[in-house]
Amino acid sequence: MSVNMSVNLSGIEMPNPIIPASGTFGFGREFSEFYDLNILGSISVKGTTREARFGNPTPRIAECTSGMINSVGLQNPGIEEVAETEFPNAAKLFSRPLIANIGGFSKEEYVYCCERADKCPEVGIIEVNVSCPNVHGGGIAFGTSAEAAAEITQAVKRVTTRPVYIKLSPNVTDIASIAKACEEAGADGISMINTLLGMRIDIKTGKPVIANKMGGFSGPAIFPVALRMVYQVYEAVSIPIMGMGGVSSAEDVIEMMMAGAAAVQVGAANLRDPYACKRIIEQLPPLMEKLGIDSLADIVGKAHS
Amino acid sequence: MPTCEIFTIDSNVKIANNVFEIKLSGNTEGISAPGQFVNVQLDGFYLRRPISICDYKKGSLTLIYKTIGGGTEHMSEMKEGEKLDLLLSLGNGYDTGKGGGSPLVIGGGVGVPPMYALTKELVEKGKHPSVILGFNSAADAFYVEEFKALVGADRVILCTADGSAGEKGLVIDFLDRFDFDYTYSCGAPLMLRAVYNAVSTDGQYSFEERMACGFGACMGCSCKTKYKYKRICKDGPILERDEIIW
Repeated sequence: MSVNMSVNLSGIEMPNPIIPASGTFGFGREFSEFYDLNILGSISVKGTTREARFGNPTPRIAECTSGMINSVGLQNPGIEEVAETEFPNAAKLFSRPLIANIGGFSKEEYVYCCERADKCPEVGIIEVNVSCPNVHGGGIAFGTSAEAAAEITQAVKRVTTRPVYIKLSPNVTDIASIAKACEEAGADGISMINTLLGMRIDIKTGKPVIANKMGGFSGPAIFPVALRMVYQVYEAVSIPIMGMGGVSSAEDVIEMMMAGAAAVQVGAANLRDPYACKRIIEQLPPLMEKLGIDSLADIVGKAHS
Repeated sequence: MPTCEIFTIDSNVKIANNVFEIKLSGNTEGISAPGQFVNVQLDGFYLRRPISICDYKKGSLTLIYKTIGGGTEHMSEMKEGEKLDLLLSLGNGYDTGKGGGSPLVIGGGVGVPPMYALTKELVEKGKHPSVILGFNSAADAFYVEEFKALVGADRVILCTADGSAGEKGLVIDFLDRFDFDYTYSCGAPLMLRAVYNAVSTDGQYSFEERMACGFGACMGCSCKTKYKYKRICKDGPILERDEIIW
């Protein structure tokens, strides 16, 4: 018996639901040295802002039990360079539609970047990051308020015909109401969750490990939080969810889909094990057979019935 | 091209204060230059540990590492026959094609290990390197005899900050002992900067930064250079003198 791993996300056909998460996969180049990227469902490429950014001072990385903290701060070459060079280069390594990830510090910036990404033939879905915890005065400021998230959604929907997924922050009291506001403002889907705000202190020096003091906490430790939030948002909206947060195995993928994710992004695991996505994709069919799952699409939201 | 390889531990011994030498068997074909590093996965620790390559040949690899936390302490307790998952070979490594025939190799503390493979390659290329090795004290010093065996005792200066081994002083206090036309340095940032300020020759400097992936994806270890932003793990860890911004 052969199992069916394919999923359809807002009209984009994918051979499987596995998508490397933005910020953990660059534009694919480094991972193409490890395996053929065409095995992936899609790729959510590095978050892009209007202007080039160096990002935050170093150290930007800290480790924690079953996870890590990063404070990269949206380092990227700017949307023009990404549109002109990075998307076409990524398309040489991956033949299906990419997911463009857009960051910003103002509504105008989000609109500008989405309008530019909309003109790129390599882009299938636009993922709007209103939840970066590592840049001040932007990103997360829009993702922690239902009104602001809805305003960004509405504004970017006006300038693109591509499906728009809003990437939400878990650092809120009621993520479901923010997701609902995005849906009502026209979002085609929800990506969730971005990293949790975290911190480490070096006990020898008494100083924070990360130069920016705090950063985004990711890795297997956050999986139950992500799963819970996907479950809650699935109850609140009817648009598809790209679920992510600590996913590291085929079992995690099945669990995330049963909570309500139509596709699953893999983040920090790529940094620990460059073969993480390949391994998960290979582990899915035998696991599906073992669990008696014929088609992955059938189990989306199964935990709610 | 980096790959993941499983290595077997042949030996893992303490060679100085908190410093261990681990010898491993496995596929080293990916190593293309001295100064590159491996990223070691350790049970119970999420991120890999980047460790510079001290010596390598077909089928075997030597690393020297300092125990600075739980991960490296765990590694120091591993025994002969145990396996290690290594991501290698990472980083650009030293370019030994540059400079003249008399390079000066400067290593400080745990910056010394990669200078061993480097010095070996310089000698193999027919160059005549001189070596300055700096440590805090006699208890911290290692590999001095190994360097002497490579280039001759008269071309190696050992110095310690407290004078308990070799000559008393810092590596930059002994630069005038040798005639050199190029420098290769690896050590703490303060040492690198002191060398940079003290010499006028061209050279290559090996940098260190906290990193997550080690292969250029996460942008955790970015630094600014005079020409562009670089990733210490992928575009470095070696930077050329003329591009460094302090």
